[in-house]
Amino acid sequence: MSTASVSLDHAGRPNGALNTDALRADARRESRGLFALLSPGLLLVFAVIIVPIGWLFWLSLFDESGQLSAANYARFFEQASYIKTFVTTFKVAFVVTGACVLFGYPLAYMLSQLPRRAAGVCLIFVILPFWTSVLVRTYAWLVILQRKGLVNTWLMDLGVIGQPLPLANNFAGVVIGMTHIMLPFLVLPLYASMKTIDVDCLRAGMNLGASPAATFRQVFFPLSLPGLASGVVIVFVLCLGFFVTPALMGGGKVIMWAMRMEQTTSLYSNWGAGAALGVVLLAVTLALLGLFHWLLGTRATGVWSER
Amino acid sequence: MTKRLCIQGLAVAGLLATVAVPASAADTITVASWGGTYQEAETKAFFDPTAKELGITIKQDTTNGLDDVRLQVTGNAVKWDITELGADECARGSKEGLFEKLDYNVIDKSGINPKLVHDDWVGISYTSVVLIYRTDVFGDKGPKTWADFWNVEKFPGRRALSGSQATETLSVAALAKGIPIDKVYPVDIDGALQSVDKVKGHIDAWWTSGAQAMQLVKDGEVDMASIWNGRAGTLKKQGAPVSFSFDQGVLTADCMVIPKGSKNKDIAMKALAKFVSPDLQANLPLYVDNGPANEKAFETGKIPPERIKDINSAPENVKKQVLQDPAFWRDTLVEATEKFNNLIQQ
Repeated sequence: MSTASVSLDHAGRPNGALNTDALRADARRESRGLFALLSPGLLLVFAVIIVPIGWLFWLSLFDESGQLSAANYARFFEQASYIKTFVTTFKVAFVVTGACVLFGYPLAYMLSQLPRRAAGVCLIFVILPFWTSVLVRTYAWLVILQRKGLVNTWLMDLGVIGQPLPLANNFAGVVIGMTHIMLPFLVLPLYASMKTIDVDCLRAGMNLGASPAATFRQVFFPLSLPGLASGVVIVFVLCLGFFVTPALMGGGKVIMWAMRMEQTTSLYSNWGAGAALGVVLLAVTLALLGLFHWLLGTRATGVWSER
Repeated sequence: MTKRLCIQGLAVAGLLATVAVPASAADTITVASWGGTYQEAETKAFFDPTAKELGITIKQDTTNGLDDVRLQVTGNAVKWDITELGADECARGSKEGLFEKLDYNVIDKSGINPKLVHDDWVGISYTSVVLIYRTDVFGDKGPKTWADFWNVEKFPGRRALSGSQATETLSVAALAKGIPIDKVYPVDIDGALQSVDKVKGHIDAWWTSGAQAMQLVKDGEVDMASIWNGRAGTLKKQGAPVSFSFDQGVLTADCMVIPKGSKNKDIAMKALAKFVSPDLQANLPLYVDNGPANEKAFETGKIPPERIKDINSAPENVKKQVLQDPAFWRDTLVEATEKFNNLIQQ
């Protein structure tokens, strides 16, 4: 092939073309080299992600007696509780993601505008709970939110409410607990993305006569969208597989997909029953990611440094 | 000098090793149970005395239940020689062929309820599901029966039932309908589900673990709940304002099995024989509220009379309770649990 291209070049193409071909060959060599460097990582991904997922899918196709069957999937339609659980899972994920955006965006914005040192201190407060065990934080919320917890006792002592508010062991409790845990996953990529926004762009906007609000709306906000998109995707996908917080804060009334997997796995003497739930969640999550990608472009794939 | 002593010591040790065969390193078995205070009690009551008497070493592990055993047996990686399970899990695992046959020439089954003596599993202890209520809310006039628990007009307040143990909740639901304790089994599942349906709108939490049930009652998140007697006893000992009794309790048994493929089956059999012997069984209630499975334990004289009345499996208390039938749930558990989930998960 190289001889062919060389001979072509000799067939009277300008010198620049020869250069381009050499550059291209060089680029190919470099990408082969990079691929070789990457291959241990790829092999690892193949061994610890692709193979087990394939195995999971394979397992889900067999019933208790080891026969090929669709029984594990048919169950979703025979038992109403599966669909209910599935809907609950997405409902929780949507609400929590929404709440995270609501709280996380202003927080990340504030952090990005603060002087470096102050931002560093504030970031510690975002990251500190991130390092605390999810279990500990969930129990802490339980202590704060339950009927005789801090919030209700204080509000009642102050005479603000006559009856304790139902904040734990229900949907509200799950959302509060999960939002707290998910917030850093939104704030950190969003903050990183906001830090990369060139201040000169904002100055230019104001210079051209835009009010601060208009500058924010027309310049800053669109530029922060890639970070927001990746944060939203991370939070949403993590929510879909959440177990601890809904199990403890939901009072057994908010059953999410991961909890259902645990129940199903212990109920049926067949790994396939639980595997099928995993396959469905994975398929739906991938479909959603595809949708995000289509709606938001490459921004949603988690590359927040892209400009 | 020290060197010679050392050599002599080695020689003596070698001699001893050849004489005392049971003390060789091979005689080690691994027993798995539920962990926590319960397993600590079992260690003092069963494991330590057995290890001493048989001259073996008993290593311990904790289990999550039948899934763990299934994983080990089907994966050909059995690491436990004896494991504890819930009786309905034993019945199901037995159907799946996950356990070794037990040798009742080695294990003396007398004194154990025949419903808990099977080819490949045997009862080890009892837990009761009891009705607990907070005395700071109800004084001593709280709900005493499951029908009271279901009666939301007469006993207003927040309630919790088990959402993870469908078998137990369906049993108390049957009792709530007024079915006498000796007629609860075989459970009329659809009838019991209707009964659950009546109360489910008033259930503020469906607990999924003993610790959670305890926390709900302790923190006053609910005013009444179904709870395991061990947890209820702990609450009372901690001074929580609660009251419970064994009336209309649901007795559920725990059992022990030898997972199929255990490498120390014979020693495990001897150890298991010790665990269920009246003498060691009588130790259990000295450390924990779970009653012995062998009723002859109450005849050993080891248990103080004033303690006997607090033990769920004491003959006087057994009369007041329903014995959960493992064979019944072996065949109906999956269907009943799915229906139960459909009812409560929304």
